[in-house]
Amino acid sequence: MRKRKIKNYIGLLISTISAFIGLFFLLWIIVSLIEKGFHYVNWSVFTQNAVSPGDEGGGLKFAILGQLEVVGIASLLGIPAGILGGIYLSEYGKDSVLSNVIRNVSDAMTSIPSIITGIFVYAIVVVPMGGFSVLAGSIALALLMMPIVISSIDNILRLVPNELREAAYALGAPKYIVIFKVVSKKAVVGIVSVILLAISRILGETAPLLFTSFNSNFESYKLNKPIATLTVTMYDYAMGPYDSWHHLAWAAAIILTFSVLLFNIASRLFSYWRFSR
Amino acid sequence: MKKKFVMIDFFLKHISMFFAYFVLLVIFGLFLVLYINSKDAINHFGFFSFLTSNIWSPAFDKFGGLIALIGTFLTTVISAIIAIPIALGIAIFLVEICPNFLKTPIGIAIELLAAIPSVIYGFWGLFYLGPLIEKYVQPLFNATLAKLPIVGQYFYGYSSSVSLFTASAVLAIMIIPFTAALTRDALKITPDLLKESAYALGATKWETISKVMFRYSKGAIIGAVLISLGRAIGETMAVTFVIGNQDSLPTSLMSATTTVTATIANEFTEASSHLYLSSMYLLALILFLLSFLLIIGSKMFFLRKVRD
Repeated sequence: MRKRKIKNYIGLLISTISAFIGLFFLLWIIVSLIEKGFHYVNWSVFTQNAVSPGDEGGGLKFAILGQLEVVGIASLLGIPAGILGGIYLSEYGKDSVLSNVIRNVSDAMTSIPSIITGIFVYAIVVVPMGGFSVLAGSIALALLMMPIVISSIDNILRLVPNELREAAYALGAPKYIVIFKVVSKKAVVGIVSVILLAISRILGETAPLLFTSFNSNFESYKLNKPIATLTVTMYDYAMGPYDSWHHLAWAAAIILTFSVLLFNIASRLFSYWRFSR
Repeated sequence: MKKKFVMIDFFLKHISMFFAYFVLLVIFGLFLVLYINSKDAINHFGFFSFLTSNIWSPAFDKFGGLIALIGTFLTTVISAIIAIPIALGIAIFLVEICPNFLKTPIGIAIELLAAIPSVIYGFWGLFYLGPLIEKYVQPLFNATLAKLPIVGQYFYGYSSSVSLFTASAVLAIMIIPFTAALTRDALKITPDLLKESAYALGATKWETISKVMFRYSKGAIIGAVLISLGRAIGETMAVTFVIGNQDSLPTSLMSATTTVTATIANEFTEASSHLYLSSMYLLALILFLLSFLLIIGSKMFFLRKVRD
């Protein structure tokens, strides 16, 4: 009996310790980011553009706006497509074999290395268009968003009770009214939460942008031209030789981390609200 | 009026069907595009000699994937060895030990850690963890583990802060929260009735965890671990910052090397010849097949229970 008790305490102790190691890393990363990087975030980071290599000062205005443009267009492409795909799976395809195949494949697609999506888009968009572009970057991110949105929308819509649909049909409503005015309305908070989650997932993506939207020193927001983004700029600056670049990379890291966490927490609040209603 | 409804319904059904099937199109297109573009490398070097050749030489237009594949294999395995026990500990703590009022905040904290973009982990590894490893861990390894016979050489070495070990450590820290969240969900599937029966038979808490819960959710835990491995294999940014990007086989934990993802990230836009580019498509194809099979396999064989 004593031996079993000792074993029990040791096992529980080890689990507790490892949990604290995990929490320690979270605090460590956040604290060290803030401690080493926060004083590099100032007003000029948001209002100025890069200066010539090695010079002090400069900012990330182009990169921040570029990131917003690429993520914005990606959301416009990926979210509606994902929502429609999710609607099909839950409202039309239901439990047919093919729908289940699509469910599994789209689930698996959320875990495919994002750099592969980047290469794919390089081959089908960048090469035919003859150069890196905003559009290519947005398509790459949209392809990453789509399966996330499809799977989550499908799950959320399937939770809407069938009685609601039946009641609407009984009143003579056509299917699209049932979907958009009854089912979607019931699930609207969940849908908002999915949208925020999908944005938070792609906001920090770097690898797929390396060969699609690439990087640029000339401030241009044209769809067919390469563009600077916060993530790729951060990578280039961190790997570069100048201290002033490293400082801007720290600022970029802080801005990026907190915007991703913001979207993620917002998504959680919506999803919490959905269940508490 | 009726006709308008029918038309809109028809339209909605088919457009939504298009986007659902689009997923299949993308996955098929991915495979096809990677295969077509890597064909030249396959024809020129042969698939199996590409896998086993350790020459990666843009200057002589000769390419083999062995170094990158071994780099990917080693970073994945070493990070898994570090991460999985800690992640399991966290999962056990969250499901069975943690007081109820702390369960949600700690669970959310772990999930937020999993949401931090991988480029941040890489950046943090380059500027923060790497220098610490160079300053404290390298001397420690050289003074202790490197003195061991036979295996000692694998811990020996002085390098800058970027190395196989730094990359694996960063990767481990990155997948811990992800694996912990997945294994927690896997442990949760054990029915309360089974746990209560174990306690009623006089089992201690640890016996209930290790002999009942682990046995019940064994498949789901293996599935969760496989998905984490898939994540580690394909991770790009967390590794690229800190692996060193050197096209040579690692001689110890402290040497710089490269991985499939780091090679692609660094060299893809600079490829000077057609064969060079094609070889990188081939690396991407191998990576795609590995991770896709891993994910589909774990979903089909192990994760059924969790979803139901």
